[in-house]
Amino acid sequence: MTLKIKEVTKRFGSTTAVDHLSIEIPEKEMFGFLGGNGAGKTTTFRMILGLLDITDGDISWNGESIGYDKSHLIGYLPEERGLYPKLKVRDQLIYLGKLRGMSKSEVVTELEGWLDRFKVPEYIDKKVEELSKGNQQKIQFISAVIHKPKLLILDEPFSGLDPINVEMLKEAVVNLKEQGTSIVFSSHQMDHVEELCEHLCILHKGKPVVQGSLREIKKSFGKKNLIVHADFPVDFLKDFAGVLHYKSVTEGCELQIESETVAQRLFEALHGKGFVRKFELEEPTLSDIFIEKVGASYE
Amino acid sequence: MNKFWIILSHTYMTKFKTKSFLISTIISLVFIFAIANIQTITETFSGDTDKIAVIDESGELFTPLEESVEGSTDEMDLIAFEGAEEDGKNAVQDEEYAALITLSLNAEGLPEATYFANNIAEAGEQSVIQQQLQQLKVAAATQQAGVDQETITEIYSPVTFSKIALDDSAKTAEELNQARGIVYVMLFLLYISVITYGTMIANDVATEKSSRVMEILISSASPVTHMFAKIVGIALLGLTQVGIIIGVGYSLIMSKQEELTGGVFDYFGIQNTSASVYIYAIVFFLLGYLLYATLAAMLGSLVSRTEDVQQMIMPMILLVMIAFFIAMFGLEAPDSSFVKITSYIPFFAPMLMFLRVGMLDIPFWEVALSIGILIATILLFAAIGARVYKGGVLMYGRSSSLKDVKKAIALSKKE
Repeated sequence: MTLKIKEVTKRFGSTTAVDHLSIEIPEKEMFGFLGGNGAGKTTTFRMILGLLDITDGDISWNGESIGYDKSHLIGYLPEERGLYPKLKVRDQLIYLGKLRGMSKSEVVTELEGWLDRFKVPEYIDKKVEELSKGNQQKIQFISAVIHKPKLLILDEPFSGLDPINVEMLKEAVVNLKEQGTSIVFSSHQMDHVEELCEHLCILHKGKPVVQGSLREIKKSFGKKNLIVHADFPVDFLKDFAGVLHYKSVTEGCELQIESETVAQRLFEALHGKGFVRKFELEEPTLSDIFIEKVGASYE
Repeated sequence: MNKFWIILSHTYMTKFKTKSFLISTIISLVFIFAIANIQTITETFSGDTDKIAVIDESGELFTPLEESVEGSTDEMDLIAFEGAEEDGKNAVQDEEYAALITLSLNAEGLPEATYFANNIAEAGEQSVIQQQLQQLKVAAATQQAGVDQETITEIYSPVTFSKIALDDSAKTAEELNQARGIVYVMLFLLYISVITYGTMIANDVATEKSSRVMEILISSASPVTHMFAKIVGIALLGLTQVGIIIGVGYSLIMSKQEELTGGVFDYFGIQNTSASVYIYAIVFFLLGYLLYATLAAMLGSLVSRTEDVQQMIMPMILLVMIAFFIAMFGLEAPDSSFVKITSYIPFFAPMLMFLRVGMLDIPFWEVALSIGILIATILLFAAIGARVYKGGVLMYGRSSSLKDVKKAIALSKKE
């Protein structure tokens, strides 16, 4: 059940929202879409779901195109959250669940399970407009996963939630993945993607600027972060060849360096100067990569 | 269960359970009940009789006038007032009497009168008295001229004027009157229904859009399925409501048939109209509804906020109103070429072709042509509507104008 996006382009009149995007999302994987506002994430999702027609290219899932006959296998949490404000949670989900091919009793059993899990069983008979925004979002999430989809598309699932609820939702997402759901999600919070995804793609102005497995991306990025805490001034380090960024902190400095070998040279330079409390070489964060790649093409 | 039916029954049930549906049905029923009982109601409200003071200076006019007034209405009592004119006016001002009339004979021996009342806005009483007095005057004048009573009766009897259509298939005057009634009822129903249920559809679509639940809906069922399920769902709701109203109305009429003959209902001709008129009524009602409902769904899909719905569907409502006014004109002149031409224009056809079918005897091909044009237009609008709907529901913007139709179609296209 691989989701294949092949050379997909979407144009709205003269603007190109997605430009020759090719991605393969293996089964039972969590795939992250990163990108700033207007990068083309939502447009890509809408094309996967068939809400928008593709200008050029092809999207297939398990070798077949995705149509409404498969909607019971697909879950979708749109970026703009929306439920019927005047309907009770139960009626709401019965309607949406039925549209995804469930029976009324299945919906109620599943819904009760999910509400218990989110520790809000009393919401079942409340109208959506009576709930807080965060709780509405939980209901919205339930509506996307209640039919146990094989492919789940989450557009900014964690935005607007407090940390406790973010954790709760993350746990649920991870569980779904373990049960065999392929998950595609977008975010502009790097740490979530870093924590959850094996594979990712950074979109910028409709073009993929970085894509692949998280480990590979970090490895091929080359640049590393170095933290130095010492009892003596370390500002001389910034003049070394291979130091890209230098940031002074209270206890020393934080550097971005070109490669591991630079770290060795710096280590030798520090030797004999005094007591070094901390010398730590770090993998680059996704945030660094994102700023580097997207920032670069801004210039 | 098929998705079409899921959406349809959801639309139907949620609307059926709303308070506004219940209230509007009850109000309509009360209205029908009121019409059916109109005679009883008017009698209850005009129960008390007005006392009118009369000062008869001639001494011979009061008795004949009182007799003839009593014969024509029982809403007023003429009372001979013993006293001067000033006392009489005061009594009227104190509301002891509704009015004061002074009667006298002029030099030729003919009656004259002056009417005093606190206000002379209410025409009813004055005109009754005036008419009766006029008759007295005519009687007096003709008597003076030496004309006998029989001649006068002859003069006053209405002229014999019968209308006969030479065309065998044309409707007789009596039939025409009855047809006018049923056509009027049907036009009015169509007018109200298109506006009510059209607005309901547009609002429903706009609500789903503004609450952003739309994106989930169209990710599980196609926008086209969604649009037509909604249109049919609300059509069934409308039929339920109209059905309840007609059902209750019909049973009321039947139960009161005896006392109502000759009343309002004879004019409406509901009791005996040919079956084909009813069939055409249903056909044109459904076609008219479908045409405007498709338009309403399309327009509703273009707005981002429910507040903008009214503004957006205004052109549609205007079309319905124009059609209705042309039809009202057409009731008096169904044969005019203006009515004939408009009965082929899609937006006006449901009302005007039905009017022609109901009032005239027109060849079947003309009706078929009009129905054909209507169906073609509905299909065209459905196709355009589906496109606009597909793009429109994903389109959120501040502006809400008909220009958005183009944008929406562009959004639903491949590029």
